[in-house]
Amino acid sequence: MLLSYLPILILVLLAAGFALATLFLSSALGPRRPSKDKLSTYECGIDPVGSARERFSVKFYLVAMLFIIFDIEIVFLYPWAVILNSLGLFGLVEMFFFLGILLIGLLYVWKKGGLEWTT
Amino acid sequence: MTVIQVVFFLVAAFTTAAAFLVVLAKNIVHCAIALVFTFFGVAALYVLLDAEFLAAVQVLLYVGGITILLLFAIMLTSRISARGVRVMNEQVGMSAVVVFAIFALLAIASLKGFALVGSPPPASYATASLGRLLLTTYVLPFEAVSILLLAAMVGAIILARREREKD
Repeated sequence: MLLSYLPILILVLLAAGFALATLFLSSALGPRRPSKDKLSTYECGIDPVGSARERFSVKFYLVAMLFIIFDIEIVFLYPWAVILNSLGLFGLVEMFFFLGILLIGLLYVWKKGGLEWTT
Repeated sequence: MTVIQVVFFLVAAFTTAAAFLVVLAKNIVHCAIALVFTFFGVAALYVLLDAEFLAAVQVLLYVGGITILLLFAIMLTSRISARGVRVMNEQVGMSAVVVFAIFALLAIASLKGFALVGSPPPASYATASLGRLLLTTYVLPFEAVSILLLAAMVGAIILARREREKD
């Protein structure tokens, strides 16, 4: 059972090892000739605008909250999908009812402009 | 010591170290990032306990969702990320006593109170039986969950709207 998780462990170790090795190698081998432009904040190549510490719009938080709500929906889809074949039509109807209620929520959010970015 | 035990102690050490970072880091963004690793360690512990579904939920909701929400909450709070967080205050001695007392209590309770009763069911079977219970015996609570999520969506919109009017 646990052996099936071995690839995940290997992947995690490889990813962490690659990140650490890259950081270490670039700091150990890379030349360092700092200039004012090189040390400034990288903002897609243009000069930085404003402070990075300013208050973010509440829209980000709304999107995050909606993301979690639909994430929870997926948690319920997972055990349902495992046994869908043996449940038959009954399980299908139940899940569509579940999804239907959440669809009403999505339509409400849409209607209220929760998905619009510019106001 | 079996291989499982070695893996358990490695994962437990990793999780505890990350948890210490959460409470001790001075930069609150570092705390949130350390929390990702703590949650991930807990998910690994769930896997070791054959609770595959819980592990999936842990990664999906906590690693993927809750930490995003926390980071956004930090960014929404004006100038909190620039300032260092005060990690210790004058109550540190008192809280240490409380923490060790709770730890001792939990250790005694788990050593005396719990014993292994046979091997756990295979994980794939566990998820399937969970789904079966959810969609047959507990189908009403299951549908109620969707109402709850609907209410959460409405609440999120109303909260965000009020906040936007304030801006």
